[in-house]
Amino acid sequence: MSENNITVAAKPKKKRSQARDVWRRFRRNKTAMVGMVIIIILILTAIFADVLAPGTETHPGYNLMNWRNTFELPSRDHPLGTDWAGRDILSRIIHGSRISLQVGFVVVGIAMILGIILGAVSGFYGGIADNIIMRIVDIILAIPNILLAISLAAALGPGLVNVMIAVGVGTVPAFARVVRASVLTLREQEFVEAARAVGANDIRIIFRHILPNCLAPIIVQATLAMAGAILSAAGLSFLGLGIERPKPEWGTMLNEAQADFLNYWHISVFPGLAIVIVVLALNMMGDGLRDAFDPRLKK
Amino acid sequence: MNFCLYKYIFKRLGMMVPVLLGVMLIIFFINHITPGDPAVILLGDRADIQDVENLRREMGLNDPFFVQFFRYVGNVIRLDFGTSFVPPHRTVWEEISMRFPTTMQLAALSVVFAILMGIPLGIISATKQYSIFDNIATVIGLLGVSIPNFWQGMLFIMLFSVTLGWLPAAGWSGPQTWILPAITIGTSSAAVIMRMTRSTMLEVVRQDYIRTARAKGQKESTVIYKHALKNALIPVVTVVGLQFGGLLGGAVLTETIFSIPGLGRYVVQAVNQRDYPTVLGGVLLMALAFSFVNLLVDILYAFIDPRIRSQYK
Repeated sequence: MSENNITVAAKPKKKRSQARDVWRRFRRNKTAMVGMVIIIILILTAIFADVLAPGTETHPGYNLMNWRNTFELPSRDHPLGTDWAGRDILSRIIHGSRISLQVGFVVVGIAMILGIILGAVSGFYGGIADNIIMRIVDIILAIPNILLAISLAAALGPGLVNVMIAVGVGTVPAFARVVRASVLTLREQEFVEAARAVGANDIRIIFRHILPNCLAPIIVQATLAMAGAILSAAGLSFLGLGIERPKPEWGTMLNEAQADFLNYWHISVFPGLAIVIVVLALNMMGDGLRDAFDPRLKK
Repeated sequence: MNFCLYKYIFKRLGMMVPVLLGVMLIIFFINHITPGDPAVILLGDRADIQDVENLRREMGLNDPFFVQFFRYVGNVIRLDFGTSFVPPHRTVWEEISMRFPTTMQLAALSVVFAILMGIPLGIISATKQYSIFDNIATVIGLLGVSIPNFWQGMLFIMLFSVTLGWLPAAGWSGPQTWILPAITIGTSSAAVIMRMTRSTMLEVVRQDYIRTARAKGQKESTVIYKHALKNALIPVVTVVGLQFGGLLGGAVLTETIFSIPGLGRYVVQAVNQRDYPTVLGGVLLMALAFSFVNLLVDILYAFIDPRIRSQYK
């Protein structure tokens, strides 16, 4: 035992990368780990939806109707019961994970790219560009998010892509602000001056030197924004402005449940629970990442 | 109150004008790209082409985009938001101004709920960090920001209206009908305010002046409520203002569930009936209300934060 300790101590101190440091701190955070495990399970569910809830040649798994079995309470055949068309609610929730994940990833992906570009230009160049971009951001933020999404969804009509656009527009400003704030502090750093001294151009300085250093707030923002995007998309679908029937989007399922939920509790409880679990998991992960990235908590 | 605070208020008001114009431009643009000819919608599908053309000219729909936009801005300043597409074709202002107070009342009630829940829970959570209470509060805070309010509304109706029969499930006719919707909308804000209060309190209690206060032998309650809370609340005030937008948005979904005759539900109905002038007017009015609340918060900020106040002395 003591021998072992000596050899470890004698070894030159292994250099730890920042990513490993962050991961070490993240791993210790139980809440965050639970969130991550839930998200991994969700991704697997979405990938294997057709295996978990198989359909027939004519009907996908989420749309197998059975008119003799409507509003059945949870049972062995239907663990979460059936809806007004006798469709298995569990199967619909399983397939619905695909839509929610798609919305979450696509919205956040595009909003992140746009936000990074706008925020980087704004923070790095300052002046007129900064003024114009930040005023546009102020304007978008002055419209309550869901109202902006409703107006856009009303203009574009229902459908997956339109929902993504409707939700995405309101997601960009937060990224732009986060990136701008970190770029503003980073551009004055000495390593940026050094890069410029050796002849790096602006594009290279921004992408190779500045942006990698503001990854932390961007990643945290992305996790939290994904939670927000899934919530907004579900809200739009709930109002009938989002994903159309018979697609098994969770908000759409709640919209369909609106007429009968007072008589059959299971048709509204489970789709809502699915939304809560996913959003909660993302928020738990986001909080954990923020703590893991925050150097002030370093021991 | 010192004279120069007016300067600050005027400056903030001045900054609001371009933002409001921008908001109008965005919403007007969204409305503009919406498919469907307003003249056809008003006259019906079988209308004579010449009639449609005449009406288009009368409504100025053939004018360039910016001509139409500035005419709309001019009209809005005179509170003329156009005419509803849906019979009985009342003016949009008439319809939205009738419903707006209900929505504001609902939003105000939920702000009160959010503050009364969020700030005390946040303080207790921070002063007893890592206690059981703190852990429970953290979990509730996470749940609060993760629950979609429309689903929470459905659960509330099932539990408190149908199963227990305590509170009415719909309508807007007295305090009993206010409770469930206000809590439904306020929950996520309460959670946000709680999390914010907790984290700023935790930061503040580590400051030197708190140590000084303790070293002087002040009572713990004096240290927390007199010394720490005052400084911790400054960022919380901003968050409350920003939450107001979310509350107005939440009203749209919650009013629909609880059948509350407010502006939010009306806007959703207008969207479904393709009544665009009403959608435009309703969204604009709510965005205006949000901007004004944030203006008030900024002014309040100047009152409570001596650092800002001193800039305008």
